[in-house]
Amino acid sequence: MTRIRFQQSLEDLKENLLVMAGLAEQAIQRAIEAYRVRDLSICDLVSRSEIAINRLERDIDQAALDLLAMEQPMAIDLRFILSVIKINADLERVGDAAKSISDRVRSMEQMAVTELPVDIPKMASLATEMVRKCLQSFIDGDAEMARSVLSMDDAVDAMNKAAYKALTKVMEEQSHIAPQALNALMISRSLERVADHATNIAEDVIFWVQGADVRHHKSVTGGRDPQAAR
Amino acid sequence: MGSGNSKGEDKLPTEHKMRARIRALTDGAATGLAVLSTVLVVAPLIAIFVYLLYKGASSLNLAFFTEIPKPEGELGGGMANAILGSAILLGLASAIGIPIGIGGGIFLAEFGRGTKLADAVRFTADVLNGVPSIVMGVAIYGLIVKPQSHWIPFSGHFSAFSGGVALGIMMIPTVCRTSEEMLLMVPHAVREAALALGVPNWRSVLSITVKTASPGIITGCMLAFARVAGETAPLLFTALGNQFWSTSLNEPIAALPLQIYIYALSPYDDLHRLAWGGALVLIVLIVLAVSLVRYVTSRGVLKGAS
Amino acid sequence: MGVGIEVTNLNAWYGTNHTLQDINLNIPANHATALIGPSGCGKSTFVRCLNRMHETNPVARVTGTVRIGGLDIYSGAKPVQIRRRVGMVFQRPNPFPTMSIYDNVAAGLKLNGYANHRVLDDIVERSLKNSALWDEVKDDLKKKSGASLSGGQQQRLCIARALAVDPEVLLMDEPASALDPVSTSKIEDLIFQLKSQYTIVIVTHNMQQAARVAEKTGFFLNGRMVEFDSTHKIFTNPSDKRTEDYITGRFG
Repeated sequence: MTRIRFQQSLEDLKENLLVMAGLAEQAIQRAIEAYRVRDLSICDLVSRSEIAINRLERDIDQAALDLLAMEQPMAIDLRFILSVIKINADLERVGDAAKSISDRVRSMEQMAVTELPVDIPKMASLATEMVRKCLQSFIDGDAEMARSVLSMDDAVDAMNKAAYKALTKVMEEQSHIAPQALNALMISRSLERVADHATNIAEDVIFWVQGADVRHHKSVTGGRDPQAAR
Repeated sequence: MGSGNSKGEDKLPTEHKMRARIRALTDGAATGLAVLSTVLVVAPLIAIFVYLLYKGASSLNLAFFTEIPKPEGELGGGMANAILGSAILLGLASAIGIPIGIGGGIFLAEFGRGTKLADAVRFTADVLNGVPSIVMGVAIYGLIVKPQSHWIPFSGHFSAFSGGVALGIMMIPTVCRTSEEMLLMVPHAVREAALALGVPNWRSVLSITVKTASPGIITGCMLAFARVAGETAPLLFTALGNQFWSTSLNEPIAALPLQIYIYALSPYDDLHRLAWGGALVLIVLIVLAVSLVRYVTSRGVLKGAS
Repeated sequence: MGVGIEVTNLNAWYGTNHTLQDINLNIPANHATALIGPSGCGKSTFVRCLNRMHETNPVARVTGTVRIGGLDIYSGAKPVQIRRRVGMVFQRPNPFPTMSIYDNVAAGLKLNGYANHRVLDDIVERSLKNSALWDEVKDDLKKKSGASLSGGQQQRLCIARALAVDPEVLLMDEPASALDPVSTSKIEDLIFQLKSQYTIVIVTHNMQQAARVAEKTGFFLNGRMVEFDSTHKIFTNPSDKRTEDYITGRFG
């Protein structure tokens, strides 16, 4: 086998991306835990890991650029590096979403805990499951697993839209808990974004493994019309 | 560079110096040998030329180049007819030897490669090259001078024609073999380029390969020319020599080497002087002829071409 | 205008060496097609079968059909005629060393009997313009020899020489491998422009060059053609694992 150094560089790139992925996954889980137990110290952890995630993003982009310029990668190697660059960006956004959630938790610190007609934990578990699965599909190069992530996005979208409806109603009718409702709405939207990023990552894995560009393809979601969910 | 041992460090510089001195001596000795060899090679040439100049320059006057030899006993005269005769003989020899030689070279290099016929031709040429010149003269005597036959041109008597034929045949092997070598040196890429243009093979050989090899082929021709220009023995039995002006192929003709031979063996000092002059003129004319050919062919060469 | 080339069941031998095995492919007209593959894979042999140059080797043999513009070049036509329709440019530039630039370009015509000077002048000028060499040599056409030019210029001269006989197909056997990067770029730009008038087949061991220049690419391995597809497909997502291994440098 030739080009051993190049193969090693590709492996290193994958390793670094997985480290970053681990940090991003952990950040989301911590943010949701912070929401569940209202613990500000966990919010601090999330802020710090976001800094590490941003630094890794720069490093990975630089490494990928070097490989493109110096090694003239072709076919699957080229697709892999392109996917890494895109997944890199999505993971950084996931880190941002985690920080955003933890910021909401901080601002809710002073507010009273109230019942709200939105199941944040359920959304959170769906979103984190999508993140876990898309990262696993990247590790294994498994296009089938990646495709299964695509179909999970609809559920999260639907929950987000329902939350929007319910929470705006709360803000209109029970204005004394409007702040909590607003924060919950923003958390819901962050989780919906996390699910979108997981979908993007899954699409990039499919592109890498199969060379098929499945972005913006509604048919892979099983034909369910997103309009009907409103 | 130095080793850890202090004793070793002391020894090293002296050893280095000694080795350097030996190297310098060897270099000097080798250079000296090379120069000596060059001198040994060039010296005889220069010696001959200087000696000829010394002995022969005095007999070179206008008469030498314009008059024929005087009858026995009379002083004066020249070798004009011998100069002309040599020119005619060499012209005929070239007309025979060069085309056949080049043709043979083309066959050997281009069309007959690897065939048994080519091997036979090459072998024959090499053998022909080794035939002593006097044997060549005797052979042509037997083939052309002696027989009385309608089928053989100019037969039955001594003639310039037979002399030219003898010299021409002697030119063939040299011209043929050097032509073959030069043609083989034309890079395969050049031939391929011609073939890829849709040029037929024979045309490519003639117009491209031969033309590319022509400097070398011409050198081969000149080598052969210079060799036969000084041949005397074959002419003894064919051209025979002539006291008078003659330009006819059908009659004996004078030639410089022949005339030199005849005069050198004669008892008259006067003729000896003429012989020296003739020898000098012969060498000078050969050098001139070769230089002229070189000059003329180099005029046609373009800037930057090999 | 260029013509298409259809190759059917082409097999080639050098002596007992079965150099090409069952080659089938269609080379489209007015396109550049690249042939890639490791050393000794047969791509040069294949290209030489397209203008019957492989026959210059006495132990070469070929079976199968090669149709150029519909005509089977192996039945009926003489090699000399085929080579006037299918030109070739070699790896090392090989201008005729004893000829001037003008004579080099005109060689294919002059050696085949054309003598009309005005027509030759036009053809020489047009060919040199088509090979992007005219401006550099127009003042020295008859004064400088072909061999006095730089390597890149010599190769463009060889291209002009090949174009002068007005072929329909131009075969290029690693035309830029002996040249520096700037000359290589000039040759590649040239190929781009020539595509509209000729069908070009280019053998290259430089995959990036194939990617830059050709619409279709064929991958040869051990005398067989493994994959033949659009260049884009071959280099982003080839169908055959062997192709992918070769172009990613995992072997070869």
